[in-house]
Amino acid sequence: MFKNKKDLFNIGLLVVFIWLLITSYGSSKRKPDSVGELLNDFSWLSDWPKWLDLPLMKWINKWFKALNENYGFIFEAINNVLLAMLMGLKNFLVQAPWPAVIIGVVVLTYFASGKKIRTTVAVGFCTFFIGFLHPRFWDKAIETTSIMLISIFLCLVIGVPIGIWMSRANKVREKILPILDLMQTIPAFVYLIPGIMLFGLGAVPAIIATFIYAVPPLVRLTDLGIRLVDTEVIEAADAFGASKKQKLWGVQIPLALPNIMQGINQCTMMALSMVVIASMIGTRGLGDEVLLGLQQLNVGRAAEAGIAIVLLAIVLDRITQSYGETLQERNAPSKKAKK
Amino acid sequence: MSKIEINNIYKIFGNDPDSVMDMVKGGSTKDEVLEQTGHTVGLDNVSLNIEEGETFVCMGLSGSGKSTLIRHLNRLIDPTAGEIFIDGENVMSFNPQQLIDFRRHKMSMVFQRFGLFPHKTVMQNVGYGLEMQGKSEEERDKIAMEKIEAVGLNGFENQFPNQLSGGMQQRVGLARALATNSDIMLMDEAFSALDPLIRSDMQKQLIDLQSELKKTIVFITHDLDESLRLGDHIGILNAGKLVQVGTPEEIIMKPADDYVKAFVKDVNRAKVIKAKIIMKKPNEVSNIDKSNVIKVHEDQFIEEFLPQIVCSNSNCEVVDKTGNIKGYITNQELQSSLTRS
Repeated sequence: MFKNKKDLFNIGLLVVFIWLLITSYGSSKRKPDSVGELLNDFSWLSDWPKWLDLPLMKWINKWFKALNENYGFIFEAINNVLLAMLMGLKNFLVQAPWPAVIIGVVVLTYFASGKKIRTTVAVGFCTFFIGFLHPRFWDKAIETTSIMLISIFLCLVIGVPIGIWMSRANKVREKILPILDLMQTIPAFVYLIPGIMLFGLGAVPAIIATFIYAVPPLVRLTDLGIRLVDTEVIEAADAFGASKKQKLWGVQIPLALPNIMQGINQCTMMALSMVVIASMIGTRGLGDEVLLGLQQLNVGRAAEAGIAIVLLAIVLDRITQSYGETLQERNAPSKKAKK
Repeated sequence: MSKIEINNIYKIFGNDPDSVMDMVKGGSTKDEVLEQTGHTVGLDNVSLNIEEGETFVCMGLSGSGKSTLIRHLNRLIDPTAGEIFIDGENVMSFNPQQLIDFRRHKMSMVFQRFGLFPHKTVMQNVGYGLEMQGKSEEERDKIAMEKIEAVGLNGFENQFPNQLSGGMQQRVGLARALATNSDIMLMDEAFSALDPLIRSDMQKQLIDLQSELKKTIVFITHDLDESLRLGDHIGILNAGKLVQVGTPEEIIMKPADDYVKAFVKDVNRAKVIKAKIIMKKPNEVSNIDKSNVIKVHEDQFIEEFLPQIVCSNSNCEVVDKTGNIKGYITNQELQSSLTRS
């Protein structure tokens, strides 16, 4: 009867649509007394009728409540793990003397940038100015950075393998791309609120929200990076008998690394832009200084905090970006040498 | 038993290759198939035998299917139909692990755009095949160093490929293929991306190496001069079909069809034809003035002794390695062999 699977699928969709119409109508409280009325009185064609209303809100709330009641312990466990990681990192950085932290950042930049003095000095000054702007900012910047680092860690652990998976199977790619689109377009508040309900106020929903917001570019760039590896190089690996695993770790990932680093860089920048939004759900950090400035109509205060966030962004951007450049230089040394 | 035996290989690119097999087998041309079904015929009933230790050159213009053919040998591409035997083993029957082992030990490959790993040094690149074979780093470096020396790249072993010129990069590619010590070497337009001088250099290097190593080489090219210079046998592909297989002399002296004829039209025959091909046996010739002859080795090309003959107005006495007289060449033979048909 049906020519192929596609027809069957389309008919399935039609059935679902009709079922949605019927259940919506059935569960509506504002429907007319009988269906017959609809055929006598056609006024419902002029304005959108009140009974033509998909009860999605009710469904989601019900589903969410069940999720919270029955599987709450899972979220509790996630909450505890993330919170423990965050606290460990934050306390370590807060308790360390601030000059030690600055020196740590400088040393990290020095090696990440391939011993470039200019970048290193600039990053050192930026770090210093975060505290210099307002002494209170130092600890807050550390708190913000800790939340970001944990988020980025999550992004790496989950995003990179998904990117690799996507690059190896077109079917997976087709399925994951729309999900990434959804993650990037859905307004942050939509998942911040359930986040609060599942994890409570504070840092953990901010980490989750940051993860959702920041992981798509990393996944995309990992996938792209692996796909962009020269086909002849891949053929060469195949021709010499590399197994799939050897090909992935020995050839594809090393050659995709500059792109993956770019993904991490994008991930970092997007995570930072989430910080201000996350402050609205009570996450402490530089974001709540901006929020406070807004609430008090204190332009100076908001600006000061804003500058601190920009400085933090510069520091993180320079470190990740210059590391990517160093990698690229290692992969293609002559191009740099000719400049 | 031939080293490599290809039996009735078909390769069709497209969504549903099997559906157009009947059409291709029925004799439809590449253009017809493409127009009616949207499928591209890569190879159309190709059968070949390649003997151990010979250099087989597969020649054709771009789109003739030559790169597709060479990729069938190590199964970078799987055929739509047909069989491939290497050392009597059916390559098509291998499972993935057998295929990997086969690629590690039996074959190596050189690529048109080199296919070097940009993140590895020259030494690591050359040692890659050995790494896949599971050899220790020490052993790898030792063999790699030998091969780097063999292709004349000493001193560059710790450079990265991008720091080398095109010719040097392809030497690395060649060294990498030699390092695994496989019997069969596949060379996919290996010298096509190089400029003419370096190409000629590399051809000479390959001939020299081959005279020592005696590997079975399958060489792909679109350059007739290159194929005549390197090949013991040449196969000419046109639109996925193998139109002629033969020695360089056969290709030039007896082109199978108009396509091959057009190919060989402009060849410098003196450069390709060897003395032993055109000579007459001693018992077939008479009245040769034996006091006025020039001794010529049977494997010399006409080009090499032509000036001498013209200057001294003498005939040639063709001898083999040990000095035995194999035949004679007079002006008559020279004339008929050098005249374009």
